[in-house]
Amino acid sequence: MGLVDRGRLPTPLTTLFNLGRSYSLWVYQWGLACCAIEMGAAFGSPRYDVMRLGVIPLPASPRQADLVVISGTVTDKMAPSIKRLYEQMPEPKYVISMGSCANCGGPYWDSYSVTKGVDQIIPVDIYVPGCPPRPEALLEGVVLLQQRIKNEDMGARWRGEGTHNRATQPIVVGGGPIE
Amino acid sequence: MTDLVDRQKLSYIAAQAADARLNVELETEGMTLNIGPQHPATHGTLRIIVRLDGEQVIWAEPGAGYMHRGYEKLTEVRTFPQVTALVNRIDWLGSFANEVPFILAAEKLMEVEAPPRAQWIRTILFELSRIANVSLFLGDLGVQLGAITPVFMAFRDREYVLNLIESATGGRFHPNFDRIGGLKEDLPAGWITETKQVMKKLRNFCDEIENLLFGNEIFQSRLRGIGVIPAEVAKQYGLSGANLRASGVDWDLRRDQKIALAYDKVDFKVWTHPDGDSFARCWIRLQETREATKIVDQLLDGIPSGSVMAKVPRIIKVPEGEAWVSTENPLGEMGYYVVSKGDLGPFRVKIRSASFNNISIVPWVLRGVYVPDVISILASLYFILGDIDR
Repeated sequence: MGLVDRGRLPTPLTTLFNLGRSYSLWVYQWGLACCAIEMGAAFGSPRYDVMRLGVIPLPASPRQADLVVISGTVTDKMAPSIKRLYEQMPEPKYVISMGSCANCGGPYWDSYSVTKGVDQIIPVDIYVPGCPPRPEALLEGVVLLQQRIKNEDMGARWRGEGTHNRATQPIVVGGGPIE
Repeated sequence: MTDLVDRQKLSYIAAQAADARLNVELETEGMTLNIGPQHPATHGTLRIIVRLDGEQVIWAEPGAGYMHRGYEKLTEVRTFPQVTALVNRIDWLGSFANEVPFILAAEKLMEVEAPPRAQWIRTILFELSRIANVSLFLGDLGVQLGAITPVFMAFRDREYVLNLIESATGGRFHPNFDRIGGLKEDLPAGWITETKQVMKKLRNFCDEIENLLFGNEIFQSRLRGIGVIPAEVAKQYGLSGANLRASGVDWDLRRDQKIALAYDKVDFKVWTHPDGDSFARCWIRLQETREATKIVDQLLDGIPSGSVMAKVPRIIKVPEGEAWVSTENPLGEMGYYVVSKGDLGPFRVKIRSASFNNISIVPWVLRGVYVPDVISILASLYFILGDIDR
């Protein structure tokens, strides 16, 4: 994909690629705490059924995933594993931080063993607030991420500018972009 | 005669030496397998290190602590009403059941008793959280043995229970509904008839699961006779709840202790199973879910009228003292040892959670089993990581 690397992809082709990418998101489920059950309800239950949005929640390993949902309390003991598995994911990759604990520490804001927000170790695209968020909130986060992917400049993303030198602000479900 | 014995011994030693040589040559000295911390079969982030000899486990060690959030320390800097919001999240599948023993301990110290109506509603919500907890176990059990359908059924029917809890308490997952001296609010209108319909659905779900899973030949052969825990060993390791009753010990805190909940007003059976294997543990949980729906039905019929809140001061200061209250939670015995020095918050809280003791038997029960059985035994022991690490 030399065209993409040099950032000279024709617009119709970008649109087509982005459309395809946004509707075949393979989600790696990083279920940690209470939110994991709500994530299971969103991804594995007949009532919420995430597959109708074009999200496939069953990759065999992070190496096949486009999106990781960090759902639950990230402890200092768990943080190195999260970082390592995030680094195993191929670019372009996206992160949804689900629940107050993963966003900022949540009810354990003064605990000695909890990482106060997963954004300290990996870049986050979508924050889903709530303790735990309802499955609908997670689904909205997925839809917002799909909209972002559709408007993305693939060249910038594939050159790695999307992750390290973030051009776009993260989105908060139910709110505006945060400072 | 002695010559023969000596020759036998010598040949045995020679065979051993030959085996050892062969092992060195083929490098079959064993392997260490690391299950977790992120593994779909561990109900969270439990890490289990097993050392294998071929297909057999010779040594296993659970590595807990990936979900340690420092509960006991955090309770020291919270006030009494704030602690319920925290302890909801210990066993996150049956959240309401975590609040009850703590509130009961605080009430014991304050010498307040909740009005009868509050006690009955507490008991109803307690049993609903048990159903919400164990129904997910019944679905998840299938997934861990390779059947994916039951989990969809479990999530489908669990939603009904969560809707009930949400309509009564406002919280779908973490109600935070218990107050010292009673409950936050009374039940909403129409809740009782709706609950009765849902209980009927849940009994259907239990029948479905029984036909689909428990009657399945593969399911039975994966679980029967696997991971047998005798009653003596179960007692020594401090197992509680369904894991203990599956070993044939007739012990249930709902029936056996006098507590300010409405269990003495209802008629229910405590199921036990003599086998102590994985199948028995799963079967006990299925029967308990069904029994819980019957308890809820009985409680709904006889719910007394009146207030749901006793007279308590606006700012709660718990007098000096120590109290221990434990209840039969979905996973087993859960208790709080609360020490108060007369302040707004507890001085020290010791939390006895069921799963921590239930997984302490893992090194014992996994010794000598085959690798595929590791997953089924862990599934049948049924722990929740928040309940282990706190």
